[in-house]
Amino acid sequence: MNTSQKAAEVTGIDLSSFPKRQWNRFYYSNERFILGASGVVFLLALWELIVRVNLVDPLFTSSPARIWTAGIQYVSSEGFVNDFIASGSELLAGFGLALVIGIPLGIVMGWYPKFNYLVDPIFNFLYASPRIALVPLFIIWFGIGMGSKVAIIFLSSIFPIVFNTLMGVKTIDPVLLNVPRSYNAKDYQIFKTVVLPSSVPAIISGVRLGLGHALIGVVVGEMTAATMGVGHMMFTAGQTFQTDLVFVGLIIIAGFGVILTSLVQLLERHFDKWRVDIHK
Amino acid sequence: MAMKMPTEYKLVAEHVGIEYRVKRTGEYLQAVRDVSLQIKPQEFVCIVGPSGCGKSTFLNAVAGLLPFNKGHLILDGIKISGPGKDRAVVFQSPALLPWRTVVGNVKYGLELRGTDAAVMEEKSMAMIKLVGLGGNEHKYPNELSGGMQQRVNLARALASDPELLLLDEPFSALDAQTREVMQNELLRIWQETKKTAMFITHQIDEAVFLADRVIVLSKGPGSVVAADLEIKLPRPRNEATKADPEFLAKVAEIRELILNEKK
Ligand SMILES: Nc1ncnc2c1ncn2[C@@H]1O[C@H](COP(=O)(O)OP(=O)(O)OP(=O)(O)O)[C@@H](O)[C@H]1O
Ligand SMILES: [Mg+2]
Repeated sequence: MNTSQKAAEVTGIDLSSFPKRQWNRFYYSNERFILGASGVVFLLALWELIVRVNLVDPLFTSSPARIWTAGIQYVSSEGFVNDFIASGSELLAGFGLALVIGIPLGIVMGWYPKFNYLVDPIFNFLYASPRIALVPLFIIWFGIGMGSKVAIIFLSSIFPIVFNTLMGVKTIDPVLLNVPRSYNAKDYQIFKTVVLPSSVPAIISGVRLGLGHALIGVVVGEMTAATMGVGHMMFTAGQTFQTDLVFVGLIIIAGFGVILTSLVQLLERHFDKWRVDIHK
Repeated sequence: MAMKMPTEYKLVAEHVGIEYRVKRTGEYLQAVRDVSLQIKPQEFVCIVGPSGCGKSTFLNAVAGLLPFNKGHLILDGIKISGPGKDRAVVFQSPALLPWRTVVGNVKYGLELRGTDAAVMEEKSMAMIKLVGLGGNEHKYPNELSGGMQQRVNLARALASDPELLLLDEPFSALDAQTREVMQNELLRIWQETKKTAMFITHQIDEAVFLADRVIVLSKGPGSVVAADLEIKLPRPRNEATKADPEFLAKVAEIRELILNEKK
């Protein structure tokens, strides 16, 4: 037994494991990423293992390796580019429209109660109606092209945007509004300097929710009467039992969603830099 | 002594009555019934009265934030009909925009009036120094203590260079020590800027310590002016002022008046 081991026994401090501290420091500063990645890797490994030992039939369940192969093949095909552009532009148009109309509408509804009373019944009716059921109607109105998909994406995502924005405006601290009023500020100045900034967290959470609904809208819109798009690709792959390709489509859409959500989070962090961190 | 012309006053209130429409019942509540008072230029006037007697209501009407249904409010010979450049309010809660830094908040009033950026910057910086917050320009409100936040609130009001400074219990949320510090600071700043000030409080010693004149409102709702007392304590005032027999006598007198109001 050498002296350092002895010391370790007495003091409980193991000097020989000093480099561990560096690893510890690395771990704690990246804890969230390391734990998250471990979870994903574990799940994928388990999935692959179950398939490899023939516990399940990969025709039904696919497997990470098969998805990878199918994914590479699909992404390098011409079909992918067309599908991606088709779905992407539908999403951009439908969700963009929902943002451009939804945020101002929510602000106006929150700010002018009379306007809210006016449109509230219409809004509640539209919100309560299952929007998937409107797909046939949209096909009649906008045809089987891009129009009907944009409409369904728009209608899927506008409600959370409007409702959250409206709540954000309604819950503004009235004391803050007295300040610009006492300086004789015009309505548009009050909007810009108080209403909009204090509603940012609510608006952004609406945008995030709306984004999720918009991605569902992409798939739902392309399930019937479509000739292109990632959603359409998934649907045809499913009908022809190409399980691997269904997963590829799922990953593309979900991955796209994750990227867009983190962009929104970046935006949120930019607006939130003044807020105190309630953890740590 | 000859009667003074009304235009010699900064602010004249003539039989002002203010009512609220209570949303719940749809009825009207006369919060202020009949308030008449005058404030001279560069005078520091405190208004005291029991809680709920309509002090904030009256101040908001002078600020132009509330309509009044009776009488007149005249500032520099012109009837008040809404908020204006000539007044600035120091609110009871600091009411700072949390997403703006100290400078951003102090600038705010000027910015709303479309002041030139360089002028705005210079004025705000000067006001931040004046209220003793130099070095904190780029902090956010949530990094400041309550006393510091009230200093920002005061600096914002002063930056717009008002004719009449309206203060609604600005120190009521502060602890006793900070409150005393802020009272001294306010007097120092007032002495430097010589703004006409209308200060609301229900702390009687605070009113006597700060004011040239203390106006006592009767119990509300439906308040009227119950008393109007001149405070002739010498300036500059300091901690010694609070031991002055004259100070103690005035505090006792006003306390008596308010107690009688409450009966
Ligand atoms: N928005 C409102 N609607 C209806 N009544 C109100 C409203 N604001 C105040 N009141 C009533 O008007 C009266 C005066 O209120 P005000 O806030 O002016 O009192 P105050 O003297 O400032 O009291 P405090 O010292 O507690 O601040 C009170 O009876 C109050 O209930
Ligand atoms: Mg009050």
